[in-house]
Amino acid sequence: MEVPILKQGAVLIATFQAALSDADLNQLRMGLVQQVVKFRSRAVIVDVTAMDVMDSFASRTLREIAHMIRLRGAETVIVGIQPEVAFAMVQLGLTLEGVATALDLEEGLAYLNEKFKTTN
Amino acid sequence: MAKREGTPASPDPKRNEEPSELLRELVAHLRQNRTQLREEWVVRITETRLLTAMTKEEIFAEATSVYDSYVEALETEAFEALQAYARNLSERIIPRGVETHEVVGIVLLLRDVLARSLFAKYQNDFKKLNRILDAYEPAANRIANTVAVGFVQERERVIRQQQEAIRELSTPVLQVRERLLILPIIGVIDPQRARQLTEQLLRGIRTNRAKVVVIDITGVAAMDLTVANNLVQTVEASRLLGATVIVTGLSPEIAQTLVTIGVDLGKMNTVGDLQGGIEQAERLLGYKVEKLAEPR
Repeated sequence: MEVPILKQGAVLIATFQAALSDADLNQLRMGLVQQVVKFRSRAVIVDVTAMDVMDSFASRTLREIAHMIRLRGAETVIVGIQPEVAFAMVQLGLTLEGVATALDLEEGLAYLNEKFKTTN
Repeated sequence: MAKREGTPASPDPKRNEEPSELLRELVAHLRQNRTQLREEWVVRITETRLLTAMTKEEIFAEATSVYDSYVEALETEAFEALQAYARNLSERIIPRGVETHEVVGIVLLLRDVLARSLFAKYQNDFKKLNRILDAYEPAANRIANTVAVGFVQERERVIRQQQEAIRELSTPVLQVRERLLILPIIGVIDPQRARQLTEQLLRGIRTNRAKVVVIDITGVAAMDLTVANNLVQTVEASRLLGATVIVTGLSPEIAQTLVTIGVDLGKMNTVGDLQGGIEQAERLLGYKVEKLAEPR
């Protein structure tokens, strides 16, 4: 199942669905990295609220997306990690170091707005 | 009794009467001498200073019902009723501070008292005494076992319940300002409690939409490698939910331990005391607290 990428002002928003195959994740990664420059976006928000399980591949892909987006000149915020998922990830050592996180989409947008304000 | 069933039929015609015949005879004997045996048992209990938490009347009343259940279990070989009674009894006497050794002690005493009375009754017929005891002993042991296990199980249930209660009491997640939570930790942290703390905190962050969390460990006496790692995990998991964690109240001893065992505290934001932690949290949230006037 393909992940839709929405454009909202200077931000791209990708919302994960419950079951994503590794191929879907790879596709999403390429899609985001291409579109972030195409639309001249300043940031990407990846919403993982629907995911109640996060395996190491998904977690690694998230981190890779964030780092690739940074190399393409924008910022990434991961939003909506469930408490149980966060706990499981930390226990597996998947801490998404160096990647910004926020509680949900609203918080993520607020965080970015704050950031845009200070950097403008 | 199971052991008897396994042995080949004996040529001795008398053997055919056992074991149910013998048990019936035994039960009849115990019923007949109920008053006297019960009396004797209570005296033995008092002599051995068991059940000191209960009054004489209570002991007598309990002894009577235990005695009757005991004889009934011998007769019917159905232990469910006795089990239920043992559980019920335990429920009543555990809160009064009756110990395991006392309960086991009184059941064993009853076994001894009854065995003595059997000795007395059949002392002239040694063979019969032997067979009666063969029938009596396994059943009596099973009864003692049932009662003891029932008591211990009840006790463990109570302990589990209390542990649960203590655990719930000991991990409050409090909101002190909008988007600011504090988590005061007091006492010993074991891995299980650490896990629970983390879960409660993460859930609290979600429901209160917290951005900053102050974890105060002033009340934690000691910390080892596992617990320190748990703390680091909690901090990281909170960050995944978008919340910043400030740890306050690290005692000199804990600081020393953490430095010695080399826990990576780079990811941790630490402030000396709870007040400092809350002030820092307010700064992060953009609050500015000002004193309006000198208090009168």
